[in-house]
Amino acid sequence: MTVTEERVRRPQAPGAAGPRPDDDRRGALRRAVGRNLTAYGFLCGALICFALFSWYPMVREVFLSFQENNFVDPPRWVGFDNFRTVIEDPAFRSAWVNTAAFSGLALVIGYAVPFVLAVVLNELRHAKAYLRFVVYLPVMLPPAVAVLLFKWFYDPGAGLFNQVLDGFGIPPLSWLDSTSTALVSLVLVSTWMNLGTGTLIYLAALQSVPGDLYESAELDGAGLFRRVWHVTIPQTKLILLVMLLLQVVATMQVFIEPYLLTGGGPENATVTVAYLMYQYAFNFGDFGGGGALGLMLMVVLLVLSAIYLRVSRKAER
Amino acid sequence: MRTLVSPLALRTPHGRVVYWAILTVVVVGFTGAFVFPLYWMVTGALKSPDELAQIPPSFFPDSFDLGVYADAWNQLQLGTFLRNTVLYAGGAWLFTLAVDVTAAYALSKLRPFFGRVILGAMLATLMIPPMVLLLPTYLTAKDLPILHLDLLNTPWAIWLPAAANGFFVFLLKRFFDSIPRELLEAAEIDGATPLRILWSIVLPVSRPILGVVSILSVVTVWKDFVWPLLVLPETDKMSISVGIASLSAQMPQNVLIASLVIASLPTILVFFVFQRSIMAGLTAGSLKG
Repeated sequence: MTVTEERVRRPQAPGAAGPRPDDDRRGALRRAVGRNLTAYGFLCGALICFALFSWYPMVREVFLSFQENNFVDPPRWVGFDNFRTVIEDPAFRSAWVNTAAFSGLALVIGYAVPFVLAVVLNELRHAKAYLRFVVYLPVMLPPAVAVLLFKWFYDPGAGLFNQVLDGFGIPPLSWLDSTSTALVSLVLVSTWMNLGTGTLIYLAALQSVPGDLYESAELDGAGLFRRVWHVTIPQTKLILLVMLLLQVVATMQVFIEPYLLTGGGPENATVTVAYLMYQYAFNFGDFGGGGALGLMLMVVLLVLSAIYLRVSRKAER
Repeated sequence: MRTLVSPLALRTPHGRVVYWAILTVVVVGFTGAFVFPLYWMVTGALKSPDELAQIPPSFFPDSFDLGVYADAWNQLQLGTFLRNTVLYAGGAWLFTLAVDVTAAYALSKLRPFFGRVILGAMLATLMIPPMVLLLPTYLTAKDLPILHLDLLNTPWAIWLPAAANGFFVFLLKRFFDSIPRELLEAAEIDGATPLRILWSIVLPVSRPILGVVSILSVVTVWKDFVWPLLVLPETDKMSISVGIASLSAQMPQNVLIASLVIASLPTILVFFVFQRSIMAGLTAGSLKG
């Protein structure tokens, strides 16, 4: 903190009389107080916003899940009652299984794709700007628009997807209407509208892979795929790991796809934890149950976020 | 710069054939995967309900009757929804800049007591995924602590939470940290107040980061769905995404599709114009999101 003190003392007030040590100390104190007052004046807007909409809700979330609250009488502590209610709900198991399956499928379908696209794009010398623009277009659509667009594509009758399948002589699928394909359909929309982000981030990361590594690998006789495996992937390992964790955290919160496409159906095949939380609060009026679900999701995601933080710290170095 | 494939390999006749083949596949594939759905949307809106139900579908619409866009505009109150969304996104933008820039400046240059703690608490919010705090945040907006104000159906329900963005504070502070101290001290000696230093020295040199934060904040609010769904339940107050989604069930297919086109135009236009800043924001956030 000596640095700060020095900094404060250095600008001499213009016209100040001789440097008497006593005056100087009092002046420094006054300046420090003034600086703090100004600083907190500048900070107060942000402090209010964060306090109201970030910090207080974190505390409130815990209260919510251990209290019974009808918002008329004072809330009552009920221990783990809310958790018990939620866990005994038959949809609870489906919600977690579906959320995990959604995340897993999104990884299988969508995790490698942006990386592969980025590696290919990085080799192309033409149409670069066009390809980069186009891959990011779906990301720019409002998610609700993308999801509703796909709802129409999934239409079992004249929907685009069944028409395309028909063109290849493949029998039509019932997409959102069947328990076996509904969740995959949600993953497809989600992948389509988020693909561009990963691709562009990997593309940026690939710029920093030193070219002579490829050069020497090639001199050692490494073929194309061995060069990807032994040079590209190790060189981008950390960003790959960061993106993996970010994607899992993001997909575990999936809400808008089931909300707009299936309403959790058919037969709870697409109920997710976030969607069930929403239903508890806004359809059943049970904010305690919703809060309990939210808290469970928070714990799971915090563990993942903690891993992410460790990894990204390492990545910064 | 040397990449995966050596320039030598590309110069051989064989390499050239492979390169052009891959380029063609990629361009066609990308166009099919990312542009064709949008083409299908824009032309789908021009088709009559009968033509939309027709199997096999027509590649070009029978007629170029733009009337359906007018229908969508009128029947869905798209004008109201768009105006609302502009109000929410614009206000959130101004509010975010005012709040987060001053906060980042205070934390970076004025360094008050507990500044590090405050910054830490702001960054800690990035660890908590927004979805899990949805219910308590909603309850807060519904009944603001101490003041007991109900923010539902008011723009404040969008503006205030939008400004509580730890990532923006982080980006801004990191940029302000890189402004040399000598620059500010000179002004300080000349008797400039902190506000004046912020306005006349810090802001002008921070244009790039202000651009990134501006676009990110506008686009985020514009695209958001869950939060406006909860806090703006009145039809007259809805944002465009929520409005279309909530009225989608009652609309004829072609009118719905036309409204999707109208809803996606603004963000795509923004992307056309501010592509550079948007991509810069993307990579700025990639490692430290």
